[in-house]
Amino acid sequence: MSKPQPLDPNKKMDLEAIMEDLENYRPTRKGWVWRKVPASGVKMGSFHFHDMSEPLKNSIGLPASKYFDYIDPQPSCSVTTEIASGRFEDDLRRMRMAAWNGADHLMVIRTTGQSHIDGLMEGTPEGTGGVPITRKQIRASRKACDLIEAEVGRPINFHSYVSGVAGPEVAVLFAEEGINGAHQDPQYNVLYRNINMYRSFVDAAEAKHVMASAGIFQIDGAHNANATAKAGWMVLPELMVQHGINCAFSVASGMPKDLIGLSTVPPNAPPAPKLWYDLPYAVALRDFFSEYKMRAQQNTRYIEADVEEAVRTHTIDTLISMLTSADIQSTITPDEGRNVPWHYNNIRGVQTVKQTWAALDGIKELVSLNLNGPLGEMTRDIKERAVIFLEEVLEVGGYFAAVEQGFFVDSAAYPERNGDGIARDGQGGVAANTIVRRDPDYMAPVCAHFGDNHLPSGLNKPCNLIDGCTLCNPEKIVYIDELDPEDSAARRLEMTLPYRKGDLIRPEAEWAGDGTVLLQFMIPESEALAREAGLEVARKLGLQDPQVINLMVLQPAEGCFVEVKGKVDFDIDKTTLKIPPKVELLSEEELRAAVKKVGLTVVAATVGEDEHSVGMREILDIKHGGIEKYGVKYHYLGTSVPISKLIDAAIETGAHAILISTIISHNDTHRIQMKKLAELCQEKGIRDKMILIAGGTQVTGDMAAETGLDATFGRGTHGIQVVDAMVKNLKARGVI
Amino acid sequence: MTDDRIARYEQRREELKQMTDEQLKTYFWELCDRLVDPLVDLARTHTSPSIERAVLLRMGVDSLSSQGVVERIYQAGLLGKGAGHVLLKLAETRGTDIKGAAAAILEDKDFLHGLFDEPAGTGG
Repeated sequence: MSKPQPLDPNKKMDLEAIMEDLENYRPTRKGWVWRKVPASGVKMGSFHFHDMSEPLKNSIGLPASKYFDYIDPQPSCSVTTEIASGRFEDDLRRMRMAAWNGADHLMVIRTTGQSHIDGLMEGTPEGTGGVPITRKQIRASRKACDLIEAEVGRPINFHSYVSGVAGPEVAVLFAEEGINGAHQDPQYNVLYRNINMYRSFVDAAEAKHVMASAGIFQIDGAHNANATAKAGWMVLPELMVQHGINCAFSVASGMPKDLIGLSTVPPNAPPAPKLWYDLPYAVALRDFFSEYKMRAQQNTRYIEADVEEAVRTHTIDTLISMLTSADIQSTITPDEGRNVPWHYNNIRGVQTVKQTWAALDGIKELVSLNLNGPLGEMTRDIKERAVIFLEEVLEVGGYFAAVEQGFFVDSAAYPERNGDGIARDGQGGVAANTIVRRDPDYMAPVCAHFGDNHLPSGLNKPCNLIDGCTLCNPEKIVYIDELDPEDSAARRLEMTLPYRKGDLIRPEAEWAGDGTVLLQFMIPESEALAREAGLEVARKLGLQDPQVINLMVLQPAEGCFVEVKGKVDFDIDKTTLKIPPKVELLSEEELRAAVKKVGLTVVAATVGEDEHSVGMREILDIKHGGIEKYGVKYHYLGTSVPISKLIDAAIETGAHAILISTIISHNDTHRIQMKKLAELCQEKGIRDKMILIAGGTQVTGDMAAETGLDATFGRGTHGIQVVDAMVKNLKARGVI
Repeated sequence: MTDDRIARYEQRREELKQMTDEQLKTYFWELCDRLVDPLVDLARTHTSPSIERAVLLRMGVDSLSSQGVVERIYQAGLLGKGAGHVLLKLAETRGTDIKGAAAAILEDKDFLHGLFDEPAGTGG
């Protein structure tokens, strides 16, 4: 096996190289890895964090991190993002972006219908609504994850699904290929995939046993009940029961408790009083399931299209995790519902957790839950209902009988019943009547096999009979490359090559080169008109296939916020783009020497009717690293200063330069002020002796020429850049 | 909701109040274990085409061949012996390896006849 080249942070991942030599690729490790959380906390910048894991080697901090020495604190829990566009090779780049932003649990949704395929899929066909999970796809993805984890400096847990009618085979595939986490819950098969209930449980025991042998972390499927029920907050007792069944069944199948996770979602959402439902449920769950891990998902049931609304609810969801506990904090966006897996919104989901976790770091050391009041009573109530639910299941004849009678996913609060539960027939469903009783001489000569197995006596391990199974001897794994070379990653990579390694650029959301863009704007009309007008705006802008994916009425008559997605059908040629040259700054020593030599003096002010002063102070003051630090003397005249007054002051003090700050930009105020400065200096005959500089949030570096100034600066400018510009100007004029 | 269920629920609520939180938790897990016992028993004593294909995968048979092999073993009523068992036995009888035995079954399902002494079950 040749060792792949490490990633270079400033170069795109080489997908063609990832796809090479996969038949010989073996995962570098197996099993789930938790983050390392120092008991003494983590020191970052000038802060001590109480509940954080070790920082990353390479990462992107929150936007505000630039004010905090670029620290990027990493929550103590694993953080999940779901990435599955149908073309897994495109998703590898998204995984890298997600990892840089703090995700270490990457979940791949399967292509629609894979759970009903009675066997393994092979090759790399394109998926719909998810990725066809195959050996080649897993190998390539795991290989990419191995490179990404080396780059960011933290293990990546790669995750998919061991559900459906081929669970045991998928589990073996995952164990062989080093998948780190998987959903497995026979109840999911029964209730949501209508796979025969007997088959589902027989298969599940084998699948769980295999998963345990490879240290694969298991997540259950109970959260689907509150995503399916009309009123998710009503089904809390049932959720406890579903979690309990899968946990007990998993343990009996040979899975250690620390590999078993509950998929739990705070079931309610604003405008409901969320905390009164979600907190008692979270507490009850963590009481009963104290030996198991918590995978906290965010609520999707009550989120349709608005990203901001999702972020707000998800912030509260994360708060609930922090007030109770979460071993994994999952993130999700409304994009599944908007039909496109916008990967940049996935990143925002990860940021929501990172931001909330940092803000509320160590919250449990500061506040505690009051269990003596209503919280304790509500918690106990959920537990008692769950216990009586279980008793009733046993009374009617056990799990299968209860499913046949529609006990599960009934939208009423137990013991109430609405009669809308999902009932399944034991003799029906996909793969009905396919289980077979094992004969007295049944035998399976392989490791990690569950149940009766009549092996010859004297064997050290079952696979000695066949000189090793694939779990003990990976050389025996049979790798199948492609079944249909036309429907393959290699073909798709050929198509997207110009966008990845060539000179062409197109915006991207779902697939490389798809040209998908999202527009946001306000239409000052009623909903019906705004929707059609939104589409027409997109069409006139040249977007193909425009669709309104979000519309929020601001006032029935006055207007709507509209989001439209569409596709551009043109390419941008990289070679035609003019990138402004990066200014090489003179050294600090050189600047100080030059400033000293001429006794560089400036006058400065915020001009126009503008009271902003922060930006200018940062450019001037020594404590912000302003021009004063380099020996420049300044006269600061304050805010809302007329240009003429500023020029008079410059003449009086013999200043070399005038610095103006202009923040307000409506009606082009900033441009007008800048031009006026140049014109007035011209009139007074001092233009060739005076250096004129302007700055502001809406000012850009290329405005100098159009306004007649010597230099202009925008956001994020530092004092040294201003000094550099002044010294260079003096040199050009021969003053220095 | 029937009156019986309500009445029973109310009665059980009263009785459960006697339990501490810890007792209630212990009882919850007792009930879960009782509920899954027969499910685990079913799994221990039964197999399925997917389980047997998963066995063949671990024996080094590729996924495509394991489909056909298990289907033929199932049709021959031999799944209860274990597909791996069948392959081992056939390999032994024909003096071939596991992959050779798998190929033989795909080539001619009649190789499965008379492999085991007792009459084959019918599955199901």
